[in-house]
Amino acid sequence: MAVERRAGDMQRAIQEAARPATRGGRAAEGRPRKPWAIALSAVVPGLGSLAIGRLGVGSWILGSWAIALATLSISTEDVSRTLAAGGVGDWIALATLAVTLVGVWAWGILDVALFAIQPIKRVGVSQWRIAARRFRKNRLAMAGLAIMVLLYWVTLLAPFLAPYDPNFQGNIVLTRYQPPSMEHFLGTDKFGRDIFSRILYGARISLTIGFIAVVISITLGTLVGAMAGYFRGWVDTGISRLIDMMLSIPRLVLLLVIIAMLEPNIFVIVAALGLTGWESSARIVRGQFLALREQEFVQASRALGYSDWRIILRHILPNTLAPIIVIATLGIGTVILTEAGLSFLGLGVQPPTASWGSMVNDGRDAMMTAWWISTYPGLAIVLTVVAFNLLGDGLRDALDPRLRT
Amino acid sequence: MLGYILKRTLQSIPIVLGASTLIFILMHASPGDPTSIYIRPDIDPAVIEQMRRNLGLDQPVHIQYVKWISSFAQGDFGYSFSQKRPIIDIIKDTLPNTLLLSGVALVIIFTVGVLIGTLQAVRQYSLIDNLATIGAFFFYSMPSFWFGLMLILLLSYKLQWLPASQMTSVNFEFLPAGEQWVDRLKHLIMPALALGMGSAASVARYMRSGMLEQVRQDYVRTARAKGLSERVVIFKHAMRNALIPIVTLLGLYVPFLVGGAVLIETIFAWPGMGRLIISAIFQRDYPVVLASAFVLSIMVVLGNLLADVLYSVVDPRIRVEESEV
Repeated sequence: MAVERRAGDMQRAIQEAARPATRGGRAAEGRPRKPWAIALSAVVPGLGSLAIGRLGVGSWILGSWAIALATLSISTEDVSRTLAAGGVGDWIALATLAVTLVGVWAWGILDVALFAIQPIKRVGVSQWRIAARRFRKNRLAMAGLAIMVLLYWVTLLAPFLAPYDPNFQGNIVLTRYQPPSMEHFLGTDKFGRDIFSRILYGARISLTIGFIAVVISITLGTLVGAMAGYFRGWVDTGISRLIDMMLSIPRLVLLLVIIAMLEPNIFVIVAALGLTGWESSARIVRGQFLALREQEFVQASRALGYSDWRIILRHILPNTLAPIIVIATLGIGTVILTEAGLSFLGLGVQPPTASWGSMVNDGRDAMMTAWWISTYPGLAIVLTVVAFNLLGDGLRDALDPRLRT
Repeated sequence: MLGYILKRTLQSIPIVLGASTLIFILMHASPGDPTSIYIRPDIDPAVIEQMRRNLGLDQPVHIQYVKWISSFAQGDFGYSFSQKRPIIDIIKDTLPNTLLLSGVALVIIFTVGVLIGTLQAVRQYSLIDNLATIGAFFFYSMPSFWFGLMLILLLSYKLQWLPASQMTSVNFEFLPAGEQWVDRLKHLIMPALALGMGSAASVARYMRSGMLEQVRQDYVRTARAKGLSERVVIFKHAMRNALIPIVTLLGLYVPFLVGGAVLIETIFAWPGMGRLIISAIFQRDYPVVLASAFVLSIMVVLGNLLADVLYSVVDPRIRVEESEV
């Protein structure tokens, strides 16, 4: 990898030498600046980009702006409530909304302004830039990314977006088992709680647990795999046997045993999910390390007298980042599915906290009369996992096209 | 061949031993011991102490471990608190049901996956291919328990085609032999579909890319050039080679199947190992939890063994390479 990079540097140097009037690898001639387009974008973000022909980015900006404005318009009451007496969640939501509005507005202006000074063609391209370019061309992956960003945004904004409190029951006799209507978009459950609001709040549980558990398991898996692949010998044997053992117990069963022994609460669940999902990433990182440790750049580092951990962390690890990123993204989808399964069995986050898995379970005893209780939370799970899988597949295709299935 | 099977079997023994050790460690790391449910103000601590001595809990951990492992090896899993009978008897009742369910699910995974994947590869970029790709993506991302519930909602409650739960109907014993089979089959379809469709979608993805790789090969062109019909070219020549990597997926799916069975058996009230472990967890019947976790991990190890042996059957290169190492 490093050798390739050096070859790239040389190529760039040759190209730069051959081209007289370039500075810093950028082509000297920019595009004409268009003040009117910047002004247009300052009024309505995205319009300026559309006007100068950047249709793709322009529509993304315009869409984001529309969503942000729509959110602001339906949450004016929430904003005033927050300013009067808001909890931490309300303030986070308000901050998110403000950052979104300012951010999209700035993006609209910057896109037009920077387009004018951006070079027409860059000379010498890093592998990450190539991957980013490939990723942007992949429409499905971009859709996955958009859904993912939207989902995390929704979790932060849940107090503003949810029409009801997720645990508000009202007059239970009147409000329970109501089919989807204008008042309750997705109906109400057996306690008269609004399903749409509960799904919005449930997204918090799924996405937070998914993210934290994957961070834990990927970090652990990378370190363990790196040690096995770099040190080899008895370290490798021991770690590989441990991985075989862990993989022979089905993950869900292992989780059930751990959670049954301790009490199910959110910390136990996150820790258990994080500590059971590291095997596959450890295996892949180990394989990468086994191959990379024989490369010349590692031998050179060793000859220079660098310590083992410096070689592992600074020299080999950056070259294994691409597969790690892909496993992490796909892993979030798996963790969300597993967590939903645990909550479904009643061994996840405990009621009344809304979680998608337990909401599906809530609807089971009234499937005949109230189909909406189980159906919509399940659709939310499917949408989320589809988004993460699209994103992961797109990243894999972009970062390493050879892995494509 | 026999030597290879023997070698792989011997290799999987330490894995089973390790997995059971892990379960043992988990059991001992958890707070309290089996006698703690009897600790009440009205019970003399001396009685509890006597119980601990009777159960062997006063002995050092390593002696407990050796005793535990040797009794597990002899098939003595202990006694269930909640069902008041030996655990081995309970497992004898439930294990065949789980094996039946996961066996049928495996058949669905591979037949559906292979057929759809082949169809997609043969008609690449057609409407069918695109639809199947999108469909596979959704099935792959779908929680199996939710898919199972949707099947119940649609096929049992709305259309009333299939029964929603249990392995047999209430009047099963009074049905003639032929109808008993039909009844069993009807109860089996939905759980097996719910358990298998996610993995079938993933098999279809692998099969599609594998077939696409094969149909570009020279031997396929040769087969076509000598005038073989397309059916023979695809099914007899290309498919055989595309199936080789698919066999390794078997080992990959067994843990998913076993884990999924826990959820699916709960939904369909299927009297198998998965439902056993869940009810044992809620009744705090730890010996049953640990014994079923042990049996389920043995299922996984055996599944992996089977996958390796099958792979060496379809691809003899593996055997040769391994024996050379």
